[in-house]
Amino acid sequence: MTRNARFVDERITLKYGTGGGAMRALVEQVFAKGLGEVEDGIGLAAMDDGAAIRVGDQYLVIATDSHVVQPIEFPGGDIGRLAICGTVNDLAMMGATEPLALTCAAIIEDGFPRDDLKRIWESIRAACKEAGTTIVTGDTKVMGHGELDGLVLNTTGVALTSRLVSDSGLRPGDRILVTGTMGDHGLAVMATRNELALETTLESDVAPVHTLVRRALDVGGEGVVALKDPTRGGLSSALHEMAEKSGVGIIIDETAVPLRDEVRAVGELLGIDPLVSANEGKAILGLRPEVAAGVLDAVRSHPLGRNAAIVGECLAERPGFVVLDTGFGSRLLAEAEGELLPRIC
Amino acid sequence: MNPSDAFTQLKFRDPKRARGLRDALDRLVHDADHAPVSVMHVCGSHEQAIAKFGLRAAFPENLQVIMGPGCPVCVTDVPEVDEAVALAKQSVRIASYGDMLRVPGTSQSLADAKAEGASVDVVYSVTQAVELARELDEDVVFFASGFETTAVATAAVLVDDPPDNFSVLSAHKYIPPVMEIVAEMPETKIEGFLAAGHAATITGSAVFDKFVERHGLPVVIAGFEPLDVLAGLVKLLEVINSGEPRVENAFPRCVTREGNVPAQKLLWKVFRPTGGRWRGIAHVPNGNLRLRDEFAKYDTRKRFTIDASELWSYAPPKLVQQCQCGDIMAGIAAPSDCQLFGKECTPDTPVGACMVSAEGTCKIWHQYGGRPDLRSIKRGAA
Repeated sequence: MTRNARFVDERITLKYGTGGGAMRALVEQVFAKGLGEVEDGIGLAAMDDGAAIRVGDQYLVIATDSHVVQPIEFPGGDIGRLAICGTVNDLAMMGATEPLALTCAAIIEDGFPRDDLKRIWESIRAACKEAGTTIVTGDTKVMGHGELDGLVLNTTGVALTSRLVSDSGLRPGDRILVTGTMGDHGLAVMATRNELALETTLESDVAPVHTLVRRALDVGGEGVVALKDPTRGGLSSALHEMAEKSGVGIIIDETAVPLRDEVRAVGELLGIDPLVSANEGKAILGLRPEVAAGVLDAVRSHPLGRNAAIVGECLAERPGFVVLDTGFGSRLLAEAEGELLPRIC
Repeated sequence: MNPSDAFTQLKFRDPKRARGLRDALDRLVHDADHAPVSVMHVCGSHEQAIAKFGLRAAFPENLQVIMGPGCPVCVTDVPEVDEAVALAKQSVRIASYGDMLRVPGTSQSLADAKAEGASVDVVYSVTQAVELARELDEDVVFFASGFETTAVATAAVLVDDPPDNFSVLSAHKYIPPVMEIVAEMPETKIEGFLAAGHAATITGSAVFDKFVERHGLPVVIAGFEPLDVLAGLVKLLEVINSGEPRVENAFPRCVTREGNVPAQKLLWKVFRPTGGRWRGIAHVPNGNLRLRDEFAKYDTRKRFTIDASELWSYAPPKLVQQCQCGDIMAGIAAPSDCQLFGKECTPDTPVGACMVSAEGTCKIWHQYGGRPDLRSIKRGAA
């Protein structure tokens, strides 16, 4: 049985933007056709977090990301910080942890307040400083009132690395490490939107994780075999993608997955599983068993990795599937479907 | 409920305590003098809990826990959906719960009517529908679904003097009568029922006494946390093995013998039970809740002439004829027996109502991977 053996519908609906199987089908069947082949590197067809092109004895890694989050300012961050961290993190997920430079394109709605833009760019500057990079070129477009909602940002980043890490390097027995609590960003944004008008102290985790990833790579070396950031679709989508591309099954201990109490509770109230909810400052690492303990210690010693945990391992059985051991029994972990969480990033 | 209340509920999710209950279940199924032991629950929330916590993979192999007709969206019959669709197409504004929009009628769902320009609003509660009616200068019809639990909420609104432009198209259903139907189906091998804790909070446990007397089948009331479900099943197996069918309450922190009497009074003040078809199941005597004559002014069926005949001129879609929702809700078939399941019929493009609702068996199986045998999963390198 092949997962996600599906065809793209006549109309592109919101479900194609949730980062799950529908989006992968769209990329495969429409976007990647006849494009993106890279010799001795990683191209579009790999549908990894970015591309890699060999330049001498190194790889030039390129990643791009568009941001449509609503509201554009949310607890713990805003669209500007998100745009910088999203791309810096995508580069890091390829093993390229020193972002050389970014581009930033802004599409703005007619009537958007100047002061809001200034505030968002202040946040962009701060995030660039934190990530040790800057924006070197950009583009500005304005669209009519009602033709888009507020502000859309696209960022592209480049970085060099001598060792690529893909999201497909897992084999049975490998351990799965998450660098911190799951679901924070998605539920923080949803809690601001939901009609229940929840009063929560939830905050997005949006942060650049490249130095954290560097520390893990320095300690784990070749034993770090897969990297992925659990953004849209959360831990579930990321694991499904890693399992499918690597041809392994993955079993996750639900009780080992770090969750903030409030995320757990709000997820329960809203009926949204934190495991399908987006993260913007976390990474999933696939580790050979012999380096797992050392990498865990290294990650935990980083300020962004204090809650890191080993949450599961890879199986020879059920390739492409993710089994969740709930502590009560087990079931398959589901991927987010439909328009459950539109415009989360 | 605020987030910290929600968190305290999570204490009913202690895997250690679950292990003890699972061992007890193993022992009780082993002690039964036959195999398999088949029990039925009649509540989508029970199936949600069972699926979400992966309990099926932990049940003893010889215990069959079948999901019965416990999803109100799923048992809403085609003619009821047609009434709402016809009204919407007559330019009447319809408000309903989100799931109800996608339940297929004869030729269209409310979502289809909305896509063609009809005014259909999703609401999270009946109160929201009333607020909508207060804001607007037009008729607002609340297409009401749900069992006695949600019916009480609808009743509470109707006795509270809602605006004149508000009315209710009731598709409310009453659970106890359908248990009789399922118990009498010749195909069923059900040996006991797990009853829904939230419904019993309203009706009280005593409502099941006569059922037990008539059918000789035990009923155990259970809640919805994983420990509640396991404790309910342990109790049910104990009663089955004892050979003395009776009603037991395994959800005493919410359910009493007499139930919520003011709520019952309210329910029967506004609604009367009447016979009607439950989708895919059967005609269920006293299974439908309709407004009493005293509330005729708020009864959509009395206020409007609903002509759904136009909807019937289309040939029904062929796929629907292959849909096995009825057998699945009666516990005779499993979603995996249906050739549409996971292929033509998915949550994106549901053919049957069981794939629409978050409480529908097919949707739940699709979401959580159904009943794959996960007992054999081996860890470690191959």
